[in-house]
Amino acid sequence: MTNLESTRTIRAVIAGHGTFASGIISAVEQITGRGDQFLAISNTGLCLDDIQHVLAQALDETGATAIFTDLPAGSCTMAVRRLVRARPGVVLATGINLSFLLDFAMRDDSVTLTAVQRAMESGRTSMVVHGD
Amino acid sequence: MPVELYRIDDRLIHGQVVVGWGQPLELRFIVLVDDEVAASDWEQELYRMGVPPHMTVHFHSVADAVAALPAYQADTLPGLLLTADIDTMIQLVASADGSIRTVNVGGVHHSPGRTARLRYVFLTAAEEAGLRVIASLGVAVTAQDVPGARPIPLEELLQTADGA
Repeated sequence: MTNLESTRTIRAVIAGHGTFASGIISAVEQITGRGDQFLAISNTGLCLDDIQHVLAQALDETGATAIFTDLPAGSCTMAVRRLVRARPGVVLATGINLSFLLDFAMRDDSVTLTAVQRAMESGRTSMVVHGD
Repeated sequence: MPVELYRIDDRLIHGQVVVGWGQPLELRFIVLVDDEVAASDWEQELYRMGVPPHMTVHFHSVADAVAALPAYQADTLPGLLLTADIDTMIQLVASADGSIRTVNVGGVHHSPGRTARLRYVFLTAAEEAGLRVIASLGVAVTAQDVPGARPIPLEELLQTADGA
């Protein structure tokens, strides 16, 4: 068994309700071993100003230029929208799912709007209803 | 009563409001009462982007909301009124001629000087006194973040030591 020590940098911050972020990152890690590209932030117990502060700190400390959130109306999304107003280079994607994050994780290119849009398309097409 | 819920929530419009309460109450409008938001087109657009198409958001300063409240209460569609802080709700209740009978404490989060009462309610002594003022005006004040949670009466809330 090969044990490759990770040297990856954080490419994106994942922010959401409860343990959404840590949970979806753990799924990426289990499937691809690439969960260490992401940093998880939870809004639990935080007011809007604190969420914004924590997210800004996460971007500053990691150098990430993308934030992915769970719910368009969620407090994390609201906080990020305020944040990106002052940081034009930061990309926000909201309503993400596992297919979205897997697509993003498996591509080693830099964080560009195109990469995020491509991941979003993958996330959208992964949602399928079966049955009559 | 078309305004189904009068809620204090420092996150204002967010998931619990739009989905958690919005779907079971079949909300069609939100009245957001906040002087800062009422003065900013950008903030208003931010909050409008957070609600589904069938939901309308009305923005008011505290002073304007007092005058507008009867029309919202007479609306035939279900709505929710939001304030970010306790002081704003006190002003509304005091001016509403008894038409606000219940107030929901949905989220007052941690900040310096506040004591933990619930995982989503942290209060300063002044804020505790503010909630008592609302109750003294004949209003049933309860803490409840989501519809499925038990509404916690004010007296019980203020006796809760931390994170219960």
